Amino acid sequence: MTIMMDTGNRIAAKAAVMARPEVVAAYPITPQTTLVEAIAEYVANGEFKGEYICVESEHSAMCACIGASAAGSRTFTATSSHGLLLMHEMLHWAALARLPVVMCNINRVIGPGWNIWVDENDSISQRDTGWIQIYCSSNQEIYDTVIQAFKLAEHQKIVLPVMVNLNAFILSHTSMPAEIPDQQTVDDFLGKYTPHWKLDIDNPTTFGNIIGPEYYFKIRRAMQEAQMNAKHLIPQIAKDWKKASGYFHGDLFEYYKCDDAEHILLSMGAIGAESKIAIDELQEAGHKVGLARLRVFRPFPTEEVRKLGKQANLIVIDRNISIGSEGALFNEVKAALYGESEAKATGFIAGLGGKDVTYKDIETMCQKAIQGTAKEQVWYGMEE
Amino acid sequence: MVHLHFELREGIIVASKSLVEICFHGRGGQGAVTAANLLASAALQDGNKGVQAFPLFGAERRGAPVRAFARISEEEIHLRSEIYNPDIVIVLDESIMEIVDVLKGVKPSGKILINTRKKPQDFEFSKQYHVATVDATGIALKYDILVGGIPVVNTPILGSVPKILNRVTLKSIQQAINSKWTTKKELIERNVNATQDAFDQTEVNF
Repeated sequence: MTIMMDTGNRIAAKAAVMARPEVVAAYPITPQTTLVEAIAEYVANGEFKGEYICVESEHSAMCACIGASAAGSRTFTATSSHGLLLMHEMLHWAALARLPVVMCNINRVIGPGWNIWVDENDSISQRDTGWIQIYCSSNQEIYDTVIQAFKLAEHQKIVLPVMVNLNAFILSHTSMPAEIPDQQTVDDFLGKYTPHWKLDIDNPTTFGNIIGPEYYFKIRRAMQEAQMNAKHLIPQIAKDWKKASGYFHGDLFEYYKCDDAEHILLSMGAIGAESKIAIDELQEAGHKVGLARLRVFRPFPTEEVRKLGKQANLIVIDRNISIGSEGALFNEVKAALYGESEAKATGFIAGLGGKDVTYKDIETMCQKAIQGTAKEQVWYGMEE
Repeated sequence: MVHLHFELREGIIVASKSLVEICFHGRGGQGAVTAANLLASAALQDGNKGVQAFPLFGAERRGAPVRAFARISEEEIHLRSEIYNPDIVIVLDESIMEIVDVLKGVKPSGKILINTRKKPQDFEFSKQYHVATVDATGIALKYDILVGGIPVVNTPILGSVPKILNRVTLKSIQQAINSKWTTKKELIERNVNATQDAFDQTEVNF
């Protein structure tokens, strides 16, 4: 076991390489570039022994991952923002073909206007592709989540691709210490990858052929069931990893000081970490408020949100906006509560375009919600 | 929760409870980000559980003013936002001070470390702030720490930090330099000697 003091990107690369994928196919894009550069360094120094395919676009990166995964290989890639959007068609493909590709996405703004800082519209806009989506808040969590993502994706009751999201710069380019277990611990935890299905010249079959409505309906239903299975398996795998490595960052949610809370803040990504300081200060000032940091956006933890809604009023911070509707998390939280809870929900849009969100900002948002002075959905910092 | 309580003991900051926030000012290419990383790594070595180092988010241009940041704490750091009120400001390039207000947001108890041939009292703001000075450029030249003929001051100036912050030792800073350039023994030796020289030469007004 060693301590690695490095950026989120380089720690993600370390985790990816230690999971021993047979194929990595990637195309560089700011702020993901240093992640794939780090994997290239591992190729150069011999630590990564798989195939590293430099492609000409993100669409091709995902195509190469799909091909490699269909041939039975453990597969990894990473992208960000416009790169993720260019993959869109193939994201659907990977999920529908039930290929357990693991990908890091560095949450970055979508242009124009051109902006390389953080918000979560890139991954949120891919929520219906069938990929499992996890959001991290520290470098240690990035390492542990990338390892767990392979276990999760390849689990026979899931067999779906997994997207591990980390915020641009705030995590991708910030150095923080992460404890790296020895290779044996990772090998023992993941085991050898046994594909659920693969292209095999000794056993020729056809995949992705024309099928009628009846079978197609079944394919969609099976994907949905796999995502529902993930709701149970994510906590189980997190528990198993804790046993193996000592680290646990929550399962679907990370709960922080929620006992007796009458108001619970829901946030994700780096804001989820910063929120802890806001909760400490608010509690010190006598407010009964706790934090539920959402880690898993797909599958959406409906039952857990209902539980929270039975205990407290909910405050939601979204670093994204579904234009024409509202923040994506706020939207889904209210859908989960429908008919199940009388809890009041207040939503804030904050930090778009990389605008800094400090714990003081988070405190202000919580106070507005607690006092009941906030409208149902507030654009924080531009109320005027 | 991160409390900010500082006391002065024989002129050295003693953060009784945790967090120290540090801002580096330099020019693109001077290695401000590397300096922040080395300092955070050294602090981790010295038993500070929470450390962070990050650049000013966005693009950098060679020669343009840049900033880099470090946080050092005894506890895990949950802060992910930028640093607005540093405890320590480190100026790698004196000329920056003509175009950038390096004192912006500095805490009243803050300390300013400047790469300069001047003395602390030569700076007007030394009446208000604790100021430390060191001729890091001269030291870089003395030890032939150059990139493309230009003196690199980011490692020498780190040698002055233990003089103003007792949470980091010179030994750990030298170790951090050691593990960053493991294969270049001779280069490491020059950098390590430069930090020792900077430590010895640092002048303070407190």
